[in-house]
Parts: sequence; structure tokens; C-alpha cells
Amino acid sequence: MWETIGIWFGAFLTLCIFSFLYKDNPFYKLAEHLFVGISAGYWATLEYHNVFRPNLWDPLTREGRLLLIVPFIFGLLLFSRFTKKYSWLSRWPMALIIGIYAGITIVGYGSGDLILQIHANLLPLWTDNWLTSLNNILLTVGVITGLIYFFFSKEHKGALGAGAKVGIWFLMISFGASFGYTVMSRMSLLIGRVYFLLGTWLHLLE
Amino acid sequence: MRKFLEKLERLDRRVIFIFIGFSIALPLLFPVYTDFSVTAPVEGFYNAIEELPPGSKVLVSCDYDPGSMPELFPMNIAVFHHLLSRGHKVIMMQLWATGTLLAERAMTEVLEDFPEKIYGEDWVNLGFKEGREVVMVSMGTNIPKTFPTDSRGTKVEEIPIMQGVTNFDDVALLMNVSGGLPGTKEWVLQVQSRYGVKLGSGCTAVSAPEFYPYIQSGQLVGLLGGMKGAAEYEKLLGRPGTAQRGMDAQSVSHIVVFLFIFIGNVAYFAVKGKKKRLQVSR
Repeated sequence: MWETIGIWFGAFLTLCIFSFLYKDNPFYKLAEHLFVGISAGYWATLEYHNVFRPNLWDPLTREGRLLLIVPFIFGLLLFSRFTKKYSWLSRWPMALIIGIYAGITIVGYGSGDLILQIHANLLPLWTDNWLTSLNNILLTVGVITGLIYFFFSKEHKGALGAGAKVGIWFLMISFGASFGYTVMSRMSLLIGRVYFLLGTWLHLLE
Repeated sequence: MRKFLEKLERLDRRVIFIFIGFSIALPLLFPVYTDFSVTAPVEGFYNAIEELPPGSKVLVSCDYDPGSMPELFPMNIAVFHHLLSRGHKVIMMQLWATGTLLAERAMTEVLEDFPEKIYGEDWVNLGFKEGREVVMVSMGTNIPKTFPTDSRGTKVEEIPIMQGVTNFDDVALLMNVSGGLPGTKEWVLQVQSRYGVKLGSGCTAVSAPEFYPYIQSGQLVGLLGGMKGAAEYEKLLGRPGTAQRGMDAQSVSHIVVFLFIFIGNVAYFAVKGKKKRLQVSR
């Protein structure tokens, strides 16, 4: 019974959201506010049970790991952001978070997004297969001209300007492909909702 | 004709919404099951699992939320089904809090076809851990320390499937179903490039173009991009699901979008041309 109520309520809220396509209305506002409120409450509860309790509170109070008072105080200092007089105190824990996060992740970014990607672009321009050769040439020309476009230390004139113009074409084609994927993604989400309405709710689908 | 073109240029967007709505609903109600080809990144994803020796331990990270369920839930189900059907062991985990229930739901659905599979021996859910990339890097050092218990509160050292699993060297393959941050990119940069583990990923279509360079460089063994990627994977598995079902609607809606873009451009340039000619004649 509860599942049926849940499905009907989900269908009602879905139709409330879709009603915005006609124009803004109280039903849409109701669904939107419900979504924001429930999401905030859900996340707060999740973080309390999955992060605060097992990582800080229980080890501190039940296992006697008193050193955890230090991160506890740093965490509380973050809330000083809400006061005008003491908001400067929040800079200390923020600096710690950003510094540690940057230190841990910079190695991965340097290795994965820089070194390995440069290595992958060192391709032979002439191979036994003409399609592979064409692919490699296009890739190399696209990378170089795309980078030339973003080189602003010199005016884009002459050979540099021509390279930049070619780079723009590669960039625009890639943005177009990216936009096409975005459209596909949004259609997929709509398909999911229509599948729920026609299938799960109205049982019209096989 | 000019008035018609001007009307077309100023077409109410609600008319377009109605056409899009019908282009999605009608193919779902009256499916045609159009055929489609399987692309190389999806084949790579499929072959990565096929090439594993039976009984291999595979870490599956389910990092998505209900907002990306239409694209990623069919993928999640297909990955679990593929792994269990080939006799591999599934170690699942989540870096998104909302992923826990979805991953459990996917596994529950798959286990209907595999009632003989035992929790703790054939599959385990380590649960959700907050920390994003820090969790990934920590797992590279010691997985049991990062996840001391599973999602049900059992100590990891007491779980049979986790025996001998210390870090990424002890898993044959890492699969990631990703709805955003943290997800595919973070697994590639923080885990694959540091520890060299084989990594395959399923992601939303909006993110897929960003990850094709990782396929080209070999940092990803395979990539499932959006609902189309999930449909291709279902086709390879011979197990039609909701992703394949949605392909008709996907194709028709894309044709409708294309037609509207085409009509809009024709109307725009036709009206612009007429306006220029009128200005010149004055």
C-alpha cells in the first residue's frame, strides 16, 4: 500500500514540476520547495549518521580519542563565518581543508591530466593504416591549434593567427559534439520520467 | 509566406514542448526496437570484464543519485549482472551518500537471477564514505582501514570476500558508475594514474565527451556514455533493459529537435534576407 501511495505521490510531484512548462504556478512552487527542503534535511541526516557520528563523535566520546577535539574545534570554527566580528577565525580551518586537499590531489592531476595526456598525444603521423594516420594527424593538428588559440602573449596575426583560426574550428566542433551529448542526456532524463509516468504509474507499458 | 516564416520564428516554446513530449511518449507506448551499433568504448568496457579469470574480485563504485538514474541505473544493473554471471566477486562502495540505496536496489534486482549468490562471499557492500579523493587515495594505501566495516556494520576482516584485499593491487578491475563529482575524472586522476589499476567507467552523457581523451590515452579501458552506452552494453550482454527500451524515444526526440533547429534556421535566414532586401529597396 505504501508503495502505491509513493508512486501516486511521485507522479503528482512530477506533473507539478512539468506544469512549469506552461507557466509558473503554485503547484510547481510546492514541488520545488518540497524538493529543496527534503533534500536539505536528507543530506543533514546522512552527514550526521555517516560522517559526524562514526568519524568524530563516537571515537571522541566512546573510545576516548581526545586528539579528535582538535578537528572538532576546527569544524566549529567554520561556523564563525556567520558572525561579522569573528568570521576571520573560519579562515584557519578553510586554509587547512584547501591545503590538505590540494596537496593530496595535485599529484593525481599532474600525472593524469598533464603528463599522461601529453604522452598520449605523441602519435606517429604516418602509419600502415590511412585511417589511423588521418586520425593521428587530426588529433595532433587539433591539439596544437587549440593551444595556439589560447596563447595570448602574442597578437594573433600571420601564421599564429591562421593557427588560432583553425583552432577555433576544432574547438567549435568539439563544443557542438558536447552540446549534442548534453541534449541526449536531458532527453534521457525526460525518458526516465515518462517511463515512470506511463509504466510504473499508469501501467501502460509492457 | 513572410508572415508564416515570421510566425515560425516566434513560435511559442510550449508548442515545441508538446512535440518533444509526444516524441518521447509515443515510441515508449509503441516500440519499434530500432537496431543500433555498438561502439568501441563500450566494447572495451565489456571485454575488460570478459577477459578476467573467473572468481576475480572487482571493485564497483556506484557514485550517482536519483537525478541521473535513467542513464546510470540500467548501467549499474547491467554491470552487476555481467560480473555475477561470469562468476566474479563484487565489492561495491559509494562515494555519494545517495548512491548507497540505489546500489543496493540494483543488486537486489540482479540477485533475483542469482539466488545462489551469498552476501560476504560473492558480493559485499562496503557502504558510503565521505571524503571524495581523500578516500580514493586512502584506499590505495589500505582499503580495510578506509572501510573498517561494511554497510551492515560487519568488520571487514570477518568478511570472506575481503580476505587478501589490502589495496588496489588486490582487485583485478575497478568499475565506476559516475553521476558527477566525485566520479570518473577523480578515479582516473587519483587512482588509475597513481596505482595503475585497470579502470572502466559508466557516466552520464553530458560528461562523456570530457572522458573520451582518457579512452584514447588508455587510462580508461572502456566507457559507457549515457543511456546509449547502457543500451549498447545491454545489447552485448543479450539482456534488453530500460536503456534499450528508451532508444526509440531517444532517436525520435533527436529527430524532432533537429527538425525544429532546421526550421528555425530556415525561418531566421529567410526573414533576415527579406528584411535586408526591404531595407535596400527603401
